Amino acid sequence: MVTLGHYLIVSGILFAIGFAGVMLRRSLIIIFMSLELMLNAANLSLVAFSRFHVQPSGVPDYNAQVFVFFIITVGAAEVAVGLAIIVALFRARQTTHVEDINTLKF
Amino acid sequence: MKSALPWYALLLPLVSAGAITLFTHRLKTLSSLISVAAVLGSFLCSCLIFGQKGLSAPELKWIDFGTVFTVPFGFVLDDLSRMMLVLVSGIGALIHIYSLGYMRDDEGKSRYFAALSLFMFAMLGIVLANNFVMLFIFWELVAFTSYVLIGHWFERDAAADAANKAFFTNRIGDFGFMLGILLVWMSTGSVVFADIAPRLSILTSHPAFLTIAALLIFCGAVGKSAQFPLHVWLPDAMEGPTPISALIHAATMVAAGVYMLVRVGFIIQASPSALLVIAWIGTISALLAALIATQQNDIKRILAYSTISQLGYMMIAVGLASNEAAMFHLFTHAFFKALLFLGAGSIIIMLHHEQNIWKMGGLARHLPITFLTFVVGALALIGFPLFSGFFSKDTILALAYDHNMPIFVVALFTAFLTAFYILRLVVVVYFAKPRSDAARASDESPLVMTGPLIVLALLAWLGGYGFFARHFLAIPHEKELLLIVPVLAITAMILGAGLAIALYRNRTSEPIEVDLLRRLFYIDESYRWLIHWTQELLASISAFFDRWIIDASVVRGVSGGTWGIGALLRLIQMGNLQAYAFLFGLGIVALIYFAVFR
Repeated sequence: MVTLGHYLIVSGILFAIGFAGVMLRRSLIIIFMSLELMLNAANLSLVAFSRFHVQPSGVPDYNAQVFVFFIITVGAAEVAVGLAIIVALFRARQTTHVEDINTLKF
Repeated sequence: MKSALPWYALLLPLVSAGAITLFTHRLKTLSSLISVAAVLGSFLCSCLIFGQKGLSAPELKWIDFGTVFTVPFGFVLDDLSRMMLVLVSGIGALIHIYSLGYMRDDEGKSRYFAALSLFMFAMLGIVLANNFVMLFIFWELVAFTSYVLIGHWFERDAAADAANKAFFTNRIGDFGFMLGILLVWMSTGSVVFADIAPRLSILTSHPAFLTIAALLIFCGAVGKSAQFPLHVWLPDAMEGPTPISALIHAATMVAAGVYMLVRVGFIIQASPSALLVIAWIGTISALLAALIATQQNDIKRILAYSTISQLGYMMIAVGLASNEAAMFHLFTHAFFKALLFLGAGSIIIMLHHEQNIWKMGGLARHLPITFLTFVVGALALIGFPLFSGFFSKDTILALAYDHNMPIFVVALFTAFLTAFYILRLVVVVYFAKPRSDAARASDESPLVMTGPLIVLALLAWLGGYGFFARHFLAIPHEKELLLIVPVLAITAMILGAGLAIALYRNRTSEPIEVDLLRRLFYIDESYRWLIHWTQELLASISAFFDRWIIDASVVRGVSGGTWGIGALLRLIQMGNLQAYAFLFGLGIVALIYFAVFR
């Protein structure tokens, strides 16, 4: 029997993988993909909440799914903007490696 | 009976001052005539007011905060103020006329007469004021016009400095005066004299408070009447034109202090300790000024110190709780001191602004009218029998003899000194041979100047007689005829006069030099020293505060603190994108922790 806990554990693992990717990988593209993974981890837990929070009439709680739609929309917009920034950065610096992009310091 | 006469008397000079300033500034002769006409009109109104007892004037509501603070613009028309009204406008009129001659060729004639008119307005305002606020405002206005007139020849540094000195010194006294008024208002809730009198018991139930209030009010009189320790401005004020010295700095304005004390006498007389202080300040001033006067060489300065000394006598009378004696001496002094100053002015103008008595000499033959009138003034001043000063000074001496023996002794000695210094002046200026070309070539002044001299000489002679003075003021009656006082006074006077004549006959320079007196008891110098060091001290304190408190801890503290915190914070700006992301994540965790779990 798959319970809410299982879903949440998977979601947590996905989130941790995404976070580790953001922290540890050096390529901006990979970092970006890891960010998306973290968003989707959140989506997964929200869908699971929706599924397991059933109303007395037997209908799932759609509030959580509305959140998921929001996150997908925002994520799409973010990808559009983020990829454009990365392309612009590559044109300016000929690199997408974060260790080469370190001028944001004192 | 209601009458608008006091309003006319008060406002005519103001109209004149306004008209001269606004319209006739370029027409000098017209300006002077407007001013003289205004003061004559004022004098006429004053005489009419004087003739009608029980007159009252319509009152204006001026400041009205209900029961808290109400100041009417009203007049008090009792015997005292009616007498002062005639005295001030009468002497004012004479001096206006005299000024026509004295200021004949002056560049700033219009300015002079405008200021003179404004002074008449202010002085009449002081005399008529029926409350403290009005009195104080006119009091300040008088100080201002005095400032303008002392500094009339402002292109001379000495005149400009003297004007400033007079103004500042008066300011010190007036500050105390204002505090005194506030104290009285605070306790009785009124500034109108007539309303304070019935509520006096509130004050008398707190003797210490009353004494402080009375002494603070007295501060104003000390400044205005040039009493020790604020007397330093009056001799310097002699830099102004001589008619000004006569009118403002001898006959009227400096007497305003005494008048004010008499006006509020009911407050002051409720405090015996304040009275004692006033009497002693008067005694000290009288003695000090008379001592200094014996060693001065400037004819006007001698008269200025003499004024301080005579005002000291009036203060003694006030301090011995005899308003009548104070007003009597004020009344006679106004005549003979104005006369002496105008006589000095007549000499000064005929000797082309020479004021050193050692450059005069032998003037009795050249200026006979001036000489005769001056001698009348001098005799009145020293209290020669049958001249006005004899009666009034004798009253004060008798009063002191009755009430306070030490004061009597000092006052008697001052009478001796008075005779000494004024006879020295007369002998040096009018007798022996002329000691300068100007003195040899001098001639009698024109009628416009000698006319007022003659009128004043008559008044200085007759002013003290009962048949004359009785119409103007209540002459104090001695309880029993004290023969000893006049005898002592006349002896002192004859001794002083004889000594002066013996010492100064046929001298061409000062035979005795007393540095202490010549240098004015070092009072001016010690004030200069005091002001210098107070200023230095304040400056160094504020410099220390600025350098070590504001600069070191506040300004440098803020900048150093900001810099230090910045240096610490820049350590975490390592430039690694992922480190920022990590910190960002930590931040979110912290936020969630605080938002959800706390």
